[in-house]
Order: sequence, then structure tokens, then C-alpha cells
Amino acid sequence: MSDGTLKIADQSFDSRLFVGTGKFSSGETLSQVIEYSETEMVTVAMKRANPKDQARDSILPFIKKCGVRLLPNTSGVRDAKEAVFVAQMAREALNTNWLKLEIHPDPKYLMPDPVETLNATQELAKDGFIILPYCHADPVLCKKLEDAGAAAVMPLGSAIGSNRGLDSREFIRIIIEQASLPVIIDAGIGRPSHAAEAMEMGASAVLVNTALAVSNDPMTMAIAFKDAVRAGRSAYIAGMGSESSDAQPTSPLTGFLS
Amino acid sequence: MTTYIEKFNQISWESLTRKIESVTREKVFLAINREGRGGTDDFIALVSPLASKEFLEPIARLSHSLTEKRFGKAMRLFAPLYLSNECNNVCDYCGFSLGNEIVRKTLNEAEILREAGLLRKMGFDHVLLVTGESSKKVGLDYINQALRTLRPYFSNLSIEVQPMQQEDYESLKANGLHAVLVYQETYNRESYAKHHIKGKKSNFDWRLATPDRLGKAGVHKIGLGCLFGLTKDWRTDAFFAAHHMDYLQRKYWKTQYSMSFPRLRPCAGEIPPEITLSDRDLVQLICAFRIFNHELEISISTRESSELRNHLIPLGVTTMSAGSKTNPGGYGEDDSLEQFEISDDRSVSEVSEFLNSAGYDVVWKDWDSSYDEPNNIDYETDFSKEQSSDRNLTLVS
Repeated sequence: MSDGTLKIADQSFDSRLFVGTGKFSSGETLSQVIEYSETEMVTVAMKRANPKDQARDSILPFIKKCGVRLLPNTSGVRDAKEAVFVAQMAREALNTNWLKLEIHPDPKYLMPDPVETLNATQELAKDGFIILPYCHADPVLCKKLEDAGAAAVMPLGSAIGSNRGLDSREFIRIIIEQASLPVIIDAGIGRPSHAAEAMEMGASAVLVNTALAVSNDPMTMAIAFKDAVRAGRSAYIAGMGSESSDAQPTSPLTGFLS
Repeated sequence: MTTYIEKFNQISWESLTRKIESVTREKVFLAINREGRGGTDDFIALVSPLASKEFLEPIARLSHSLTEKRFGKAMRLFAPLYLSNECNNVCDYCGFSLGNEIVRKTLNEAEILREAGLLRKMGFDHVLLVTGESSKKVGLDYINQALRTLRPYFSNLSIEVQPMQQEDYESLKANGLHAVLVYQETYNRESYAKHHIKGKKSNFDWRLATPDRLGKAGVHKIGLGCLFGLTKDWRTDAFFAAHHMDYLQRKYWKTQYSMSFPRLRPCAGEIPPEITLSDRDLVQLICAFRIFNHELEISISTRESSELRNHLIPLGVTTMSAGSKTNPGGYGEDDSLEQFEISDDRSVSEVSEFLNSAGYDVVWKDWDSSYDEPNNIDYETDFSKEQSSDRNLTLVS
């Protein structure tokens, strides 16, 4: 049984695990995690990228050597205006029109701003960007982002870096049910079982960072996430039996009917 | 304009001090178990003498894990760039105090660029500009000019200078300012008056309302802190710093905050500290602030020894200075008197090598000028002007 390939815009992905590049103890560790996770796309914050001084950039050179697709992100911007500007800088500096759009004006929980995110998506889509917006697990917002020209939506499982898993489970379910674009669960995925759960629910992919970067053994954790994402995807495709909270009586009340 | 002063005036120093001293085990347990989500009540528990005596290890463990979860295995490095030691204040603990007979020096543009070039060569991309407080010699125009001069060469510029008006901060922001550090030094009015003898800095309320003006001006980051050693009840001082930050964070919710823990050290003015904050106390402070505020930037300067700094790294610190000189022109080996004595005199590469060996990535760049650009339309012209001008700055490429 094939688990199918994921298609975002005109690009196909065999791996449904995307990786964030912050918080790692070294560029070498990051490279190894990319390799062991078998990810095909990693995201990098423009504020951390240092194309002018590669000797002091522990991210970009280490991604490049792995040959995976680069997804620049706008982490740190506070509104649509800043996001659009940083997106244009990213396109110029890194030579890609792919963008993970992140607008969080609140530095505490890094909650995405739905209004600014929608506005920036509209503007950037017109400008030819392939946009993957990070957003709340808000089903209506996700439909509006589709209409605005996003290439996928990235609703949060829980707050960035919280490792809390799918706090937004019920809304993620609705988003997946209604989506006509890939749904990538971003933020809060702290364990392989969280990733597997998202994939079992029918998510197209997950993005993981903190859980890998701060693990005592990031390489082994990368393998664990790779396996969990595959397992969850296979289970989704195979179709799972429905759950029941009641025991099924061996002599049902309506048994006499048959 | 409503400011923190109104909130501050409602709390009695003495009753707060008694509250900190009478914290029970249950309160400390609760604060640890709910990871500090109980607000200032939890901070009081975590900073109490009882917490130090009986709970420091679990508090340190929690602080470590919260820091790692939020900031990862990474340490941001920055350097202070002292622009001037001119000062009109008389403060009995500071080397720059007006009464001190030291060589006064204010860097001109060429000298600033020379220092900047040396810092770039060391690898720094985040720089903190520091001056004494003299509105005539190092006022708004001087700081604005320094920002314009340095903007093309650094990703992130912060200042630690005299408190200013809201509109002044707006103007600095338009010239590339990212963050402002303004330490209250002490939140105890009597002690403040005793140590800040003459000059604008003797106005406690003007200083206390400065972070409000910064918040209203939309400055990205505000740095708070106390100079520990000025006031006997240091735990109470720390409470007010936490309370102040909590107030600011609710009101100016788009702003980031940082906290520093300078301890009084020998300087030219030389007063003996009121109390000595021990290493154990410093560890407790760092951990209490981390648990109180999981996303707070916590900064440790070269005032502290290399040995202690190495131990503090995993406990909650996210930002360090390294290779610092605290006198204007110091990186080019000018010998004018420094503001305070450096304890960690390791070179930048020694510090960064140590961080790597301890399992930390050194983050030189965590901001980009493009983030400021949409709000600063004149910058493009300024940049090209700087690039084409004949200056002796060698950029590291």
C-alpha cells in the first residue's frame, strides 16, 4: 500500500515531516537531524539567517549541504506590512518564492494574528509567493486563507514550543474535513505520538522543531518522529475502526429481528 | 498618561518584605508545581528565603527545563559599545559620576566606526550603545547620529542611555533602535534618594515611568533591572522589578522584555555595598524570574566571573556579553576609566568556544534590519550613503 505523495503547489513530497531549525545545539546536530528525519523541507527564520556572514550562521550552510527545500519564515514580524517586506527580502536573499508566513505580535505565546495573516496572504499571493500561513486552528479562517491564495494551511496544535500536542484537536478535525488544500499541523507537537495522532486524523503533514532540538538525543528522536509520521499516515489510509464507549452486548435487544 | 507609578505607590515596601519573609512551604510547592503560572504570588514564593534554603535545587531544575524548552540549546551574544563617559549625575556607586576626576571622553563618528569595525571583526552583530547621562553632550541628536552611523553594520542596536521622552524614543526607533535598557537601580525610594545625589537621575518618578514611555513609543524590547547591593531588602527590590514587568507586559503586550541582575562592584567612586548579593542569591533570582516569566530574556554581563558565568548558563540565562570593554574607545585600547570592573576577561572566541563545548550554539544574529525597514523608509538612502563614503571600517564578509 502506498501512502501517496504530498503535493504542495507544484512540488511533491515523499516525507510528510517538516522540520524547524531553531534551538539546536549546533549546525552539525541540525544537519544530522535533517538527515535522520528524512525530511524534504525545513523552515528557517529570516532573522536568524545570516547570508552575509556564513561563518557565523549555524543554520543556512547546514541546510544547504543537506539538499532539502528551504522554507523561509517571517517569525518576529508583528504585522502584515512587516511580513510582506521580510518576505520580499527572503525571496531575494534565498532565491525562493516559498514562504512560511508567521505573524505573531504577541511575544509571550507567539499567537498568530488572524487578521494580519489573512491580509498578508492576499497581498503575497498576488505577488507570486507560495504561501504556507501559520494560523489558529480556526476552520473559517482556514477557508478564508484558501480563498486568499494560500498553498497550504498550517493550523497550530498548541502554542509554539509548548510540547502540549493537539489541544486544538476538535477544530483540527473540522479543518481537515473541510480542506481542499494540504493541512500541515504546526506548533505544539512535543512527542512522536502527537505527530502520529495528527496524521491518523488525516493531516497532510506535521512540522516539528522544539521536540527535536531540545531532546537529549536529537538523532534518535528524528527517527522516532519519522516513524511516527509514517505510522500515523498508514493508519489513516488503512482506515481505523470507530471507537465506542459502550460495550457491545452479546444478546442485543433487537437480536430477535434477524 | 497613566503609568506604573500609580500601581507602585499602592504597595507598601514593608508589608511586601514581611510577606516574602513569611512564605510557607505550601506556597513554594504550589509555585513549582504550577510552573509559576500563579503570577506575582508565585514570584514571592520563589524569591523567598525559605525557597533558597529548602528548594533551590528543584527551582533550578525547573528553570533549566523551561529555558531550554523556550530558547533551546542556544546562547545569544552581544557586546556593549561605550560611546561616552560624560555624566551630569552624582551617583555614589558609579565610575562615571560627575564628581569623579576622570578623563572624560565622547567618541566622534570616526572613533565610533573604529570601535564598530573591531566589534564586527570579533563577530558581533548585536550591540548595546552605552553613554552616561548628559543631555548636552550625548543627547537625542548624538544618539540618533550614532544609530544612523552604525545601522548599516549591525543587525540589532540597543541603547542604555539617559531616560527620554516618548517622542524622542519614536525618533530613535525610526533610526534603527531596537531595544532600550533602563534599570531602576532600586525600587526603594529612600535608598534611591541616598545613592542618586544630584542630577536628573535623582528624580525617581521620572525614571520609573520611562518604560511606560518606551511602551507607548512602540520600542521592540524593554530591559529592566536592579543594581543589587544598593538596597538591603534585595528580595523586595526583585519583587518590584517582577511586578513592574508584569504591569508592562499586560499593557504593552507587543513588547519583549529582558531582565538583568547587575551586582554592585568596585569602581572609581567606591562605596561599600549595603549588602552583598551572594552567588546563591543570584542563582535564586535568575531562576525565580525564569519560572515567573518563561519567555523573558535574561542577560548576564562580564561583571560576573568566568567560572560563575559558566555555571549560570544552563540555569536560565539566554543572552551574554563577552569580551566587553566598559570605557569609551576601549576596544581600540583607550585607557580612560571604565564604568565598572570586568570580572570575566576571556576573549569572545574563548567564550564562544566554551559555549560550544557546553553544548550551546552561539547565536550572533537574531534580528534582521529588514524587520525594521517598512517603518523606516529613509534607511535605504542612508545605507547607500554610508557604503559609498570614505570610512576606515573593514566589514567582515
